[in-house]
Amino acid sequence: MDIQVENLTKIYGKQKAVDNISFTVHTGEVLGFLGPNGAGKTTTMKAITTFLVPDNGKINVGKFNTADHPEDVKRHIGYLPENNPLYAEMSVIDYLRFAAELQGVPKNRIRERILEMVKLCGLEGEKHKNINELSKGYQQRVGLAQALIHDPDVLILDEPTSGLDPNQIVEIRELIRTIGKEKTVILSSHILAEVEATCDRIMIINKGRIVADGTAKDLRKQAQGKEVLQVNIEDGDKNDIFNALKALHSVDMVDFIKGKNNAFEIQSKPDTSSRRPVFELCVKNKWALLEMTIFETKLEDVFRELTMK
Amino acid sequence: MKNIWIIAKRELSAFFNSLMAYILLIIFLGFSGLFTWFIGQDVFFIKQASLQAFFNIAYWTLFFFIPGITMKLFAEENRSGTIELLLTKPVSYWQVVLGKFTATLVLIIIALLLTVPYYITLSMIGPLDHGAALTGYLGLIFMSAAYISIGIFASSISTNQIVGYLLALVIGIFFQIIFSFVGSGMTGFFGQLFSYLSLTTHYESMARGVIDSKDLIYFLTIIFFGLTLTTSNLAKNRL
Repeated sequence: MDIQVENLTKIYGKQKAVDNISFTVHTGEVLGFLGPNGAGKTTTMKAITTFLVPDNGKINVGKFNTADHPEDVKRHIGYLPENNPLYAEMSVIDYLRFAAELQGVPKNRIRERILEMVKLCGLEGEKHKNINELSKGYQQRVGLAQALIHDPDVLILDEPTSGLDPNQIVEIRELIRTIGKEKTVILSSHILAEVEATCDRIMIINKGRIVADGTAKDLRKQAQGKEVLQVNIEDGDKNDIFNALKALHSVDMVDFIKGKNNAFEIQSKPDTSSRRPVFELCVKNKWALLEMTIFETKLEDVFRELTMK
Repeated sequence: MKNIWIIAKRELSAFFNSLMAYILLIIFLGFSGLFTWFIGQDVFFIKQASLQAFFNIAYWTLFFFIPGITMKLFAEENRSGTIELLLTKPVSYWQVVLGKFTATLVLIIIALLLTVPYYITLSMIGPLDHGAALTGYLGLIFMSAAYISIGIFASSISTNQIVGYLLALVIGIFFQIIFSFVGSGMTGFFGQLFSYLSLTTHYESMARGVIDSKDLIYFLTIIFFGLTLTTSNLAKNRL
């Protein structure tokens, strides 16, 4: 079941929380929303679940429009809200039963579904406990279990691994990957490694706009178009070296590295490498090239660059 | 219909899983029992086998007791965020509101059923007007339903239960006292209007054994208004 978002805008007061964004997610795709706090990730997710009414724009889940057929949309969505609110005084089993009944799981299948979810989310030992007696990680599993109970076609998970320990995080990621093969999944996170590990496609959102969209590889390549070198050159005047470096064909920008003498950061022009020219320049001028490091672009840098503007 | 009952069932079990329901039931039975049998204008004081004393005191105890039950219905969900879970399930605003309304009404009916021994005892010690007893109970149920709808609305306004309680009382006090007080001080159209608005007027006529469609319409109107305002409040918060 595809999700289509067209020109979605949501305004709080004077601030545009989501500013005219459009995208489509297909079945079998796990889409990761990435962005700093307050970027509009949660607002977008809430709009898809029909919890928030957008100021402008259209959202279709499958063939159902969120404004015209909210109940059909909700029937197909499993949703784990941010901060995972739960009815604390209910037991895990009672709560899952409540969720299953409301989602319209047939009566004769409810028991079976609850047991499946308990097993899938590793809640066997906790199923008779009250939710407020559980640790945060187990509560998160309950939240996931209720989102999955009716075997929805679409899963919307707002920070699904928050509060989990590293082992649980790996388990949950695997679970999401498995589920994501046949369903449409949107998840949000501000942990880059997580998005990289679980998602087929990453969308970076900043200030309510989509600033990047693609696979982790695409995004890295996009930023890696420019090679960045850190070099340390001695036996020459700082300013001479600077000017000579700047004069190279392949070099786009040169910068002194603060705090280090004779250290420079060189940004090459797109699709060129300055490593050889720099080496040859040093040989020609008899400068000593002490260090040359390729500064690798990590997803972190892509993220920083796109969201710090 | 099914969804309403699923939500009502959850609310009822929440009532009975917390001490709240038991404390309120004990307070209700304690007060109404004390004033029916032992203190003030009680049965032995007026020397009549009549539930009038009970209906008077129950009317006031329920007035304070109902906001105590309704205050958490939406305020708590708004505070903890569970409202988001509820409204992203395939249910309508009306189903959510009616589910909570039904649960509270069932709790009140349970409280009233627990006073049926008063009725049985009285009918054994003297001639009791059974018809008036029945309409009196019916009056209590309608009056409760009206205050429940007001209480639910008050609860949906805020994330704070105390605000929900006090607001329900403030709105309630108009129907309970102020309208009849203002109405009795005025003549003509406004005098009639305010005494019509007073809930006490309508309740008293039912407690005396009269069922008038005018009274029923009055109660149903309040219930309808309270619940409609609540649903539009829920919808407004999603904008």
